[in-house]
Amino acid sequence: MQGKVKFIQGNEVCVEAALYAGLAFFAGYPITPSTEIAEAMSARLPQIGGRFLQMEDEIASICAIIGASLTGRKAMTATSGPGFSLMQEALGYAVMTEIPCVIVDVQRGGPSTGLPTHVGQGDVNQARYGTHGDHAIVALTASNHQDMFAITVEAFNIAETFRTPVILLFDEVTGHMREKVVIPEKGEIALVERLRTSVESGVDYHPYLPREDGRLPMSDFGGVHRYNVTGLYHDMWGFPSDDPKIVYGLIRHLMDKIQNYAGNMTFFRQDHIEDAHTVLVSYGAAARSARHLVENRRKRGERLGLLELQTLWPFPGDVVRKVCKNADYIVVVELNAGQVIREVKLAVDRPERVYLANRIDGQLISPTDIQNILRLLHGKGV
Amino acid sequence: MSVKDYIRERFFPHMWCPGCGHGVVLNAMIRAIESLGMSKNEIVMVSGIGCSARISGYVDFHSMHTIHGRALAFATGIKMSRPELNVIVPMGDGDALAIGGNHFLHAARRNIEMTAIVMNNRIYGMTGGQFSPLSGYAAAASTAPYGNIDHGFDIAKLSEAAGATFVARTTTYHVHELSRLIRDAILHEGFSVLEVLTQCPTYFGRYNRAGDAPEMMETYKNRTVAVGSEKKNQDPDLIERGVFVKKELPEYCREYEKVIEKNQQKQT
Repeated sequence: MQGKVKFIQGNEVCVEAALYAGLAFFAGYPITPSTEIAEAMSARLPQIGGRFLQMEDEIASICAIIGASLTGRKAMTATSGPGFSLMQEALGYAVMTEIPCVIVDVQRGGPSTGLPTHVGQGDVNQARYGTHGDHAIVALTASNHQDMFAITVEAFNIAETFRTPVILLFDEVTGHMREKVVIPEKGEIALVERLRTSVESGVDYHPYLPREDGRLPMSDFGGVHRYNVTGLYHDMWGFPSDDPKIVYGLIRHLMDKIQNYAGNMTFFRQDHIEDAHTVLVSYGAAARSARHLVENRRKRGERLGLLELQTLWPFPGDVVRKVCKNADYIVVVELNAGQVIREVKLAVDRPERVYLANRIDGQLISPTDIQNILRLLHGKGV
Repeated sequence: MSVKDYIRERFFPHMWCPGCGHGVVLNAMIRAIESLGMSKNEIVMVSGIGCSARISGYVDFHSMHTIHGRALAFATGIKMSRPELNVIVPMGDGDALAIGGNHFLHAARRNIEMTAIVMNNRIYGMTGGQFSPLSGYAAAASTAPYGNIDHGFDIAKLSEAAGATFVARTTTYHVHELSRLIRDAILHEGFSVLEVLTQCPTYFGRYNRAGDAPEMMETYKNRTVAVGSEKKNQDPDLIERGVFVKKELPEYCREYEKVIEKNQQKQT
């Protein structure tokens, strides 16, 4: 990979990647441990003619980016657990109105104010179920800066392709850690630009009429086509409707457009899976410790493998089932009381093989922590 | 163009109750826009939730019907992204000042150019007549069966204190004044607030024995006076109408343009 080498914080990597992806609008509210993203955006965006807004709260921040995105700019906000909670209603609005945007949640320990300066991964379920009503959602994560860069760019690509909000679930460790990253050359990672309608000015444009492939070409709000946008169930013109056929058609479309293409947004890494007798399933900061342990124990002949998930939602159940097929032990390593483990158990045959290795005290789980749990599982004692 | 050219006929009949004042506001707004000779394509209307918010669907502008209380936040994103657009934000009193109070204060403080029209009927109409922050002490409402003990806001004073650079008030009785003030608010280069006292005969009128729509409008006629009128000194309970604030201060989008101009890097 050619490009500029940097040694920066994860939050800064996220900024670099968003700008690489074509971000032109950011609105946010200070919150630990995500604040560095807003700080960097406030400096960088005006330099490229973009817009930065510091809003009065996280609700206003997500609303502002949804508005800006509708007018044609790639838009993003960044927050942490408490702010992400505040954003949930508007997140549902973005789902319903099919307005692309990226929401970064640099997770910390919760619930409530919890542990602002410590790591946690407690928002996995919030990302999936936080907003009310049935819906599909996309949430991605990464454990190192290079992946964080790629996955952030991918978040924008998915948002634009599927007209959907995409959540980036990073965490305090990856967000604040400094590590080498190579900023790719322009063009090295493909970018998806917004699909704009070819309908000419003055011709009836249907903002909510999907093409055969499920995609909906957009028209920059405030431009040549006047249309209505609403969080109510709506017809192809965007006008409110409670006609059961229209309601059913829309809710199905909103879920199918993500679920039918789940394969296109499934990202993961697998190490030493072929002959693994124990598979660790992990993601984000926790996956760093899991990887360290796997590499170490492999040298000593232990048949340990790692499945690192980068897509958390839609949950890649098929991948998990396949990778874990021959394992005697499946150990989910995460920094919460067990959120991804639930999905893993649902995905695999013989869920009694699935165990949890976690920490919920604001500390990053260490390779030793995991190793101790494995020793117990394997009947070796600590 | 005639008034008809500004509405989306397929959206009618509207959902407002007979006698509701919101239709008067819609009419006055269209007349104001018509008199300005503005193209429908340069107007964005962003609304939240409530009876008043439905106004955005009835007009043939770029219209965005958002979530409760947050219209100004969405509008801020739109305006910052495309400052050349004229942004109008119609809101109810609960939408603007209860759930949306914080956004209202901060939009005013930023002095971002947009027109906030607060249609104040002193009640939550869509949910069936609960008291709002504008109902006022002793008002009756479905959630104040023993009389309201909440005190109300003065929207004009609040807006001025928050930094709005155009603040005015009128009623649905004073239709010509209403149209003229909407026009002035749209033309103002900064955050403008227009409070419109608008009758809700169905809930506020009925609960408070304020009469039917014509009677409520009579009250607007009899109980309001022009700003600075002598009558106010004799009867302090009279409500003032007219322009309270009109001043020039740096507008937010233009200020940001300067930031860009100063810091934008030359493309290499």
